[in-house]
Amino acid sequence: MTEHILRMSGITKTFPGVKALQNVNLSVRRGEIHAICGENGAGKSTLMKVLSGVYPHGDYEGEIIFEGRKCEFGGIRDSEHAGIVIIHQELALSPQLSIAENIFLGNERARRGLIDWNRTNFEAAELMKRVGLRENPTTPISDIGVGKQQLVEIAKALSKEVKLLILDEPTAALNDDDSAHLLDLLRGLRDEGITCVIISHKLNEVTAIADSVTIIRDGQTIETLDMASDHVTEDRIISGMVGRALDNRFPPHEPTIGEEVLRIEDWTVYSPSQPGRKVVDGAALTLRRGEIVGLAGLMGAGRTELAMSVFGRAYGVHISGKIFKDGKPIEVRNVQDAIRHGIAYATEDRKRYGLNLIEDIKRNISAAGLTGLSRRGWVNENEEYQVAERFHKSMNIKAPSVESIVGKLSGGNQQKVVLSKWILTEPDVLILDEPTRGIDVGAKYEIYTIINRLADQGKAVLVISSELPELLGLCDRIYTLSEGRITGEVPRADATQESLMYLMTKGQEK
Amino acid sequence: MSSITPADVEVGAQGDGGAPRRPGRVSLGGLSLNLRSSGIYIAFALIVVLFSVLTDGALLTPQNISNIIVQNSYVLILAIGMILIIIAGHIDLSVGSVVAVTGALAAVLMVNMGLPWPLALLITLVAGALIGAWQGYWIAYFGIPAFIVTLAGMLLFRALTLTVLGNRGIGPFPDQVRTLANGFTNGYFGNIGLGPLGGADLFSLLIGIVAIAGMAAAQWRSRTARRSYGQAVEPFVLFVLKLAAGAALILFLVVQLARFKNLPWVLVLLAVLVLGYSLMANRTVFGRQIYAIGGNLQAAVMSGVKVKSVVFWIFVNMGVLSAIAGVIFAGRLNQAGPTAGNAFELDAIAAAFIGGAAVQGGVGKVVGAITGGLIMAVINNGMSLIGSPSERVMLVKGAVLLAAVAFDVWTKRRAGASR
Repeated sequence: MTEHILRMSGITKTFPGVKALQNVNLSVRRGEIHAICGENGAGKSTLMKVLSGVYPHGDYEGEIIFEGRKCEFGGIRDSEHAGIVIIHQELALSPQLSIAENIFLGNERARRGLIDWNRTNFEAAELMKRVGLRENPTTPISDIGVGKQQLVEIAKALSKEVKLLILDEPTAALNDDDSAHLLDLLRGLRDEGITCVIISHKLNEVTAIADSVTIIRDGQTIETLDMASDHVTEDRIISGMVGRALDNRFPPHEPTIGEEVLRIEDWTVYSPSQPGRKVVDGAALTLRRGEIVGLAGLMGAGRTELAMSVFGRAYGVHISGKIFKDGKPIEVRNVQDAIRHGIAYATEDRKRYGLNLIEDIKRNISAAGLTGLSRRGWVNENEEYQVAERFHKSMNIKAPSVESIVGKLSGGNQQKVVLSKWILTEPDVLILDEPTRGIDVGAKYEIYTIINRLADQGKAVLVISSELPELLGLCDRIYTLSEGRITGEVPRADATQESLMYLMTKGQEK
Repeated sequence: MSSITPADVEVGAQGDGGAPRRPGRVSLGGLSLNLRSSGIYIAFALIVVLFSVLTDGALLTPQNISNIIVQNSYVLILAIGMILIIIAGHIDLSVGSVVAVTGALAAVLMVNMGLPWPLALLITLVAGALIGAWQGYWIAYFGIPAFIVTLAGMLLFRALTLTVLGNRGIGPFPDQVRTLANGFTNGYFGNIGLGPLGGADLFSLLIGIVAIAGMAAAQWRSRTARRSYGQAVEPFVLFVLKLAAGAALILFLVVQLARFKNLPWVLVLLAVLVLGYSLMANRTVFGRQIYAIGGNLQAAVMSGVKVKSVVFWIFVNMGVLSAIAGVIFAGRLNQAGPTAGNAFELDAIAAAFIGGAAVQGGVGKVVGAITGGLIMAVINNGMSLIGSPSERVMLVKGAVLLAAVAFDVWTKRRAGASR
């Protein structure tokens, strides 16, 4: 068990302006299950993309040695050829094709250019037996649940004669039974000699299944622990994940907290894509004037889903629960209602949900508050310009003019445009989803300053963030969300990264 | 150059959106962005010059200019509605059939039933709106892609036309309707001599002068307003030069038309529509929301734009414009026929894309679509003047459409690469 199947050493990967990975080392022993843990954005997925050739050789620095040979993968095909298969969090299956067709997609069982359907379905059935998937090979993917789809992905990997299987958050979308089955399957594969690397936020699963764990923080390897000899506990992993010192990255802020503005009770939201799955489960929140409240949760915990469902039911189906504004119950049926009631939501995905990238700054800023700049449906363009110019200055948006195209701005400046857009609607409640994602440190400080200013103006601010230090540095009170449920409410004074991480990883006890 | 008037009216109308934007774009994206927005007008000018030379000036004779306008008015009207739909990221394949069915309805009401023509016209326009509402419902509220709904509509409304008309046409139309489609304004004040150019209608000239004065006043007002808000404006000399160029174009067009048979009524109608829709697209909340939807649908939803309602109403609008085009087309032929409007949708769509609309939506201008339509009109007219066979005309039009969209994609890719 001491032979290493994989050694990655000195891996450094930079994106424009950001060092995603810095001198990362990872050694995986043959035939083990190796877990990789770290906060969101720590660099786990980037590391796996380097390994699987998504970022080709030359795009990163460092060395990959697999099966004793130095590897320079030019793409996923190369790494799969070597026996490394990655299964991403978002499954890459074609919903209308059958299980068998998906298993052999891109790797078809064919004779002289024609698909051999008997062989395809026969071999698929064999593979399905190996992963414990009891379905007909000709069943379309869309007819089976996510848990079984995950098994199809694994069967697909097995069809490629996988030696190293990488699973990115394999149980994030699964219920308890499916998760348990998947973990059993991984143990079985390990016994067959297949090495697994598993990225997971669910630390109870990690401690249950992994033979060793590597902890990554801020794009650097912190440590690799042997589960058996080091007696690793969940708390031990958490302290490794959050161990960074808090420096002075946050502007000082003395809150003046007023009365309640928004209260959500018993808020339940179902997934639109997976019928019957509760994404948010009986959540309750209270926001007060002048207060910055944090919402912490790991990926897949339902943070964005909670926020978007509150913001005019922009996400989810069968939404139930009550919303109170200034103590009175309100109906928020759509985004227009939400804006009218003074609720604003700045999205985590600026490019997809936040901005019209082909338009200029001016028209993006006015996009949500256009009625305020118009009379009887006619826009006062001069006033629009003036308002945009005001934000250009007050938010310090770095662009030659308010007529610059938004798609050309940096992430930080785009975020300032999004914030300007929502401030223009004069909201009482601002929900900011990952307000500093993809933004460099200097711009982050500016965004924090803006958030403090908004609170000082008497607005209630809810900040959703994956970065615990950010929540601890910015918020007056923090809610934790795990698997759709609010698992804790902690005043800033009592909150530590460890205590939050504990609440965020707290599974549902049945 | 003559037929650029509608374009010019528009420049006057939306100048304060266009002018200050240009320097910002230039400083960011270099010449290519500037080229992307103004390339279409340069191309149009070149095509006009080319055919003027090839036809020994026949292209720009008073009668021919008048013909180009009257013969293409209905496609230009359709292009106005189509560009809005394309900006929103949709398409309408049914407009040709809607032209046919509304023309047939107008004929039945006016000719067979003998209703007074204003009432019949009104009923026809309402019918057009209902047709648009029918299609808009399926697209916006039921969620069927516009391509499918309007493909079905293309068949449905052609079938309806054939059901109403059978194999024959219905005519003749009342004189007033024919005048609207085919006729000219009256010479209320008689003719005046223009020296070597001969006699010209004074009323038409006065209209032209009023239009120029209106354009200048609107431009001046928006310029001063912009300055009072502390915005950058273009240098005064450039401002005057632009104004003078616009005035010269209008004057040329009006003089040529006044020398022939005065202003065609459809030109007056077209000018009003272009002016009105340009203002709507640029200056109203509704118009802005069309751009927002096409630019990023998700972001529009998350900014509180009532996407479904906006999409519904642009299809209703398309139905009304199709009905106007239907009445004008039938009136011009003096008969509503079963094959009316055949392939009009393709001309309207081509006009929008030649005129700078983006395939993904979010980009486009009413004036651009009109210019695109005029480019095709001039190619059509010019090539038939030099005696080209119709297959060659088709070939050239196809090549122009492909080249225009290829140019758009190319400039966008370059802009993206320089990011």
